[in-house]
Amino acid sequence: MKRLLRRQACLLDFTLSSLARRPGKNLGLLLVYGLIVFLLASVMLFTDALRSEARQVLARSPEIILQRVVAGRHALIPAGYLERMGRIRGVTARHGRLWGYFYDPAVQANYTLLVPRNRRIADGEIVVGAGIARTRGLDRGDFLTLRGSDGTARSFRVAERLEGESELVSSDLILLSEADFRAFFGVPEGLYTDLVLTVRNPRELRKVAEKLTLRLPDTRPILRDEILRTYDAIFGWRQGIVFVLLAGAILAFVIFAWDKASGLSAEERREIGILKAVGWETSDVIRMKFWEGAVISLSAFLLGYLAAYAHVFYTSAALFEPVLKGWAVLYPEFRPLPRVDGLQLATLFFFTVFPYTLATIVPIWRAATTDPDQVMR
Amino acid sequence: MNGAPAMEVIRLQQVKKAFNQGRPNEFWAIRGVDLELEPGRITVLKGPSGSGKTTLLSMIGCLSRPTSGRILLGDRILSGLPERFMTEERRRTFGFIFQQFNLIKGLTALDNVMLPGCPLGGDHRALRQRARELLGRFGLEDRAASRVEWLSGGEAQRTAIARALINQPRCLIADEPTANLDSRLSEAFMEIVAGLREQGMTVLLTSHDPLVYDAPVVDRVVAMHDGRVVD
Repeated sequence: MKRLLRRQACLLDFTLSSLARRPGKNLGLLLVYGLIVFLLASVMLFTDALRSEARQVLARSPEIILQRVVAGRHALIPAGYLERMGRIRGVTARHGRLWGYFYDPAVQANYTLLVPRNRRIADGEIVVGAGIARTRGLDRGDFLTLRGSDGTARSFRVAERLEGESELVSSDLILLSEADFRAFFGVPEGLYTDLVLTVRNPRELRKVAEKLTLRLPDTRPILRDEILRTYDAIFGWRQGIVFVLLAGAILAFVIFAWDKASGLSAEERREIGILKAVGWETSDVIRMKFWEGAVISLSAFLLGYLAAYAHVFYTSAALFEPVLKGWAVLYPEFRPLPRVDGLQLATLFFFTVFPYTLATIVPIWRAATTDPDQVMR
Repeated sequence: MNGAPAMEVIRLQQVKKAFNQGRPNEFWAIRGVDLELEPGRITVLKGPSGSGKTTLLSMIGCLSRPTSGRILLGDRILSGLPERFMTEERRRTFGFIFQQFNLIKGLTALDNVMLPGCPLGGDHRALRQRARELLGRFGLEDRAASRVEWLSGGEAQRTAIARALINQPRCLIADEPTANLDSRLSEAFMEIVAGLREQGMTVLLTSHDPLVYDAPVVDRVVAMHDGRVVD
């Protein structure tokens, strides 16, 4: 065992000396290779972080949202539906929600206006998300004037800025009182945007949704799991777009790396002959070339992956923000929580390190089985 | 030699070697050689280009196999050994000096000398030390860290000799060792060879250089022509 390790250490030592002979070429290869890993790993890490953030946010949201549908479109739902749905086994709480969108032509951005249930906001006051505060230059005590649905301008005093925990959802948010919301959008008393139901036991969700559809045929229940799936699909789709955009670059690299790794120069063939003549076995030569491929691909993988980690978790994936987050104007300052998915890491490793290492070994196999007396001729 | 088992006699029995056998360009480089090489002596295979010296040397050194006939080391048949054992024999019994020296460019003299010891799996530090000592023995201690392409012809050859000796072989094989050297360096080479014989090493050389085969240190000269021994 000790002998085997020493032998490997010696081969590795020779490999490193051998690689150092062509510093420019190998460094260039390492950088291009590392860049590809960096791009792929950045997309994977960032999409995964977004998914996990969405899951975290949705974990606190209600299990069922009930929307009224008129002619296939979402419509306001009367408060009376809370009574009409009757008592449903498994539902522990239910209430109406008021929320809507407002397009602010001043900054050409959409805001989400919401009446919170867990906090009281005085009439004439608002709480704004960090993205709006940044875009409109608002701070506590400032006034924000918006034109309501009746055409009159209404001024709201900023009581607070929403800071942080998940700017991804709160960036474009304005919280206001129920009276202000109804007056601003012209929503009459007794109507809500939608209803939400809390169900403790997840196995009862489907049954509850089924009962709701039967009792309130003009409504559409939306389960939290469905929203999660939609998020997954959207992020997966965005990830796919980036991969397609990167495909050209990746393909170019694959061709370049394959050519570099699989083509043996006359000099390299001569060297293999010398090594065999001085007592190296075919397997020693192959091992040495394996180490050569492994050193380059592993270094590139580590370099690229660490750079991607820093890019995603320390600069919030500055390069990919526009395409992966999908916000129109109010880019949230999204600081994803550092997180590495083992399976994803293994997949990336398999598709980057493994093919290159293999590409270095195959041609060596052919060259290393030639007769050592070539060097004598 | 350094506690290693003593070299045994090398016997060649009706050794023949063909290249491209069965093809229109078939060529018989060795046409039936019987030879006995005594251990601890310097033997020179001499002859013009194409006489089969190098082919014979490469078969004795386990770099290739004869097409027919047998090569024995003591009572062991070298010519019938499987590839792996041939490599083992090449690594432990023989040390090679090639005509073009065949040092690996870009590597230092020290790295080149260490190369044959690498697959043995011995202590790396001890191997490095031994390589340094060998370079020192041939006056190259200051050139250990130099890349081999920066070495002069004589330095490159002495590096090649150090490489041939790193695994403490019992037999040194050198193919046209003075072909790329001037007379002064050729004489210096023969002095080194004489020193190795003093230590009990068997030395096999090929050459058509009179400075080699006429050197007083040479014990035996085997003349070859058209793949046969002619004397």
